[in-house]
Amino acid sequence: MNTLLELHNLSKTYGKIRAVDQLSIRIEKGHVYGLLGPNGSGKSTTLGMVLNVINPTGGHFQWFGGSLTVHQTLKQIGAIIERPNFYPYMTAMQNLKLVCTIKQCPYEKVEEKLKLVELWDRRDSKFSTYSLGMKQRLAIASALVSDPELLILDEPTNGLDPKGIHQIRELIAKIAAQGTTVLLASHLLDEVEKVCSHVIVLKNGVKHYEGPVDQLTHSHGYFELQAPQLSALQTALEKLALFDTLKTQNGKILAYPKKPLAPESLNQKLAAQKIFLSTLNYKKKTLEEQFLELTNRPQQP
Amino acid sequence: MIRLLKIEWTKLYHNTVSRILIACYFLLITFIAFLAAIKVEIGPIKFHLAEQGIFNFPYIWHFNTYIIGYMKVFFAIIIVSMAASEYSYKTLKQNLIDGLSKKEVLLSKVYTMLAFILASTLFTFLTSLVLGLLFSDYTEAGIIFSDLEYLLAYAIKLFGFFSFCLFLGMWIKRAAFALGFLIVWQMVEGIAYGIMEWKLSDWVPGLSAQQVFSFFPLNAMSNLIKEPFTRLSGVQNIAQQVGETFDKDYGFDLLSAAVVLVWSFIFLWATYRLLRKRDL
Repeated sequence: MNTLLELHNLSKTYGKIRAVDQLSIRIEKGHVYGLLGPNGSGKSTTLGMVLNVINPTGGHFQWFGGSLTVHQTLKQIGAIIERPNFYPYMTAMQNLKLVCTIKQCPYEKVEEKLKLVELWDRRDSKFSTYSLGMKQRLAIASALVSDPELLILDEPTNGLDPKGIHQIRELIAKIAAQGTTVLLASHLLDEVEKVCSHVIVLKNGVKHYEGPVDQLTHSHGYFELQAPQLSALQTALEKLALFDTLKTQNGKILAYPKKPLAPESLNQKLAAQKIFLSTLNYKKKTLEEQFLELTNRPQQP
Repeated sequence: MIRLLKIEWTKLYHNTVSRILIACYFLLITFIAFLAAIKVEIGPIKFHLAEQGIFNFPYIWHFNTYIIGYMKVFFAIIIVSMAASEYSYKTLKQNLIDGLSKKEVLLSKVYTMLAFILASTLFTFLTSLVLGLLFSDYTEAGIIFSDLEYLLAYAIKLFGFFSFCLFLGMWIKRAAFALGFLIVWQMVEGIAYGIMEWKLSDWVPGLSAQQVFSFFPLNAMSNLIKEPFTRLSGVQNIAQQVGETFDKDYGFDLLSAAVVLVWSFIFLWATYRLLRKRDL
């Protein structure tokens, strides 16, 4: 069985606001998923619903094919949400042991996980004395303590300094390399691009894209073109009829091909029309551009 | 069940404030023994509290459960903060995500509550037994172990009160406000009684304020163990001299017990409902 989590038309409304609108997603084993969306797009609400802390107003979801109750499943997955929540007056060790008791897993793993997140030396310090980065790392250790099949992370690098961000990303990569499925919610695109193999793009609670990252970033790209006579270039390009759109920007023409088009063949075709380029740049869209395009698109009916 | 108790106990034990409060609570119960040492000598008037018969079996069961009943306030603080701190630390959310079900969250608190009620009742029993054996005029087993229903009433009273506290903590989410509400509620009951005393017979003929009042949660709890002072022979003698007799039933009141248990059930059910319905 490879499907870990399935959502069917899951919805959450707060009064008139539709935080999540008929969302259907499937999380398969072995991938690293990025749940992308601007602030307030329903990422955390979606995770809250599958994690048993927010009651859905419509639709349903299923863990592991529906063989276990939600809270039984949650013992077998690891999740951290928005900010790390622990008992401030207890030490890292005491907090993790409590999590073990809740998850009904042996205490032995605590040491291993604390070492993994490099908090073993501070194991007997109270949680309240930790820095934000340490708290976040402790949260990851706590999520990993039951050796989960799926790790859910909601904005794990929020509020961290560059070093902390780097540490967390390395950790995620390390965990994913061990074969753990990861679902990472974030609005930081480079983060998702760096660690994820699949993305789900949400906006206003509606899914705009679901699939592998490279399929999203791998569009046909675009050309940045310049020639001594821009108008002649424009006419020639129009004549070729190979492009969806032609834009003029800062004295350059941006040309978006309809089909994959090799730069050398474009150059050849233009030369055949006696247009000699002074600039020819072939550019691929970044995830950021792709994301902005997806989320700026008017909502589908 | 052991697991749930362990979870809640870990949370309480590592918290310095609740550890101190728990220790205080049980120490105070023990300190009731010091009442025995109260001796007042003003010239010819000699007063030794222990010799007034307050430690006589079976009266001691009534007296001690009533006095120790006041100590429950200490515990109210623990219960309220036990519920409210889960919200302020956001650990309730984390506990649920870690795989505790909402039912288990409630049960872990209720089990802990029951464990403390059991411990408190046992402690009260032992303290009273020792005090009684030291000071009672009667030490026949038959007399010692009569009127033990006061201990049952004591346990029910605590259960009702703590259920109320648990509900308030969960509902209000702030320990201080929840305790404030408890005090306000005590006043509300008093004011409601005053209004009923004044007007109720006009509105509903034949219904006394006292009857309605006995269904109020806090009043029903206090009715479970009535004040023991007017039962003391010394007090009754004085009352007789001024031509007053106390015609009061001091026994275990089944109706109050039932009312308290129904309220407890309502509070716990409402707590569970809150847990289920609330989005975190």
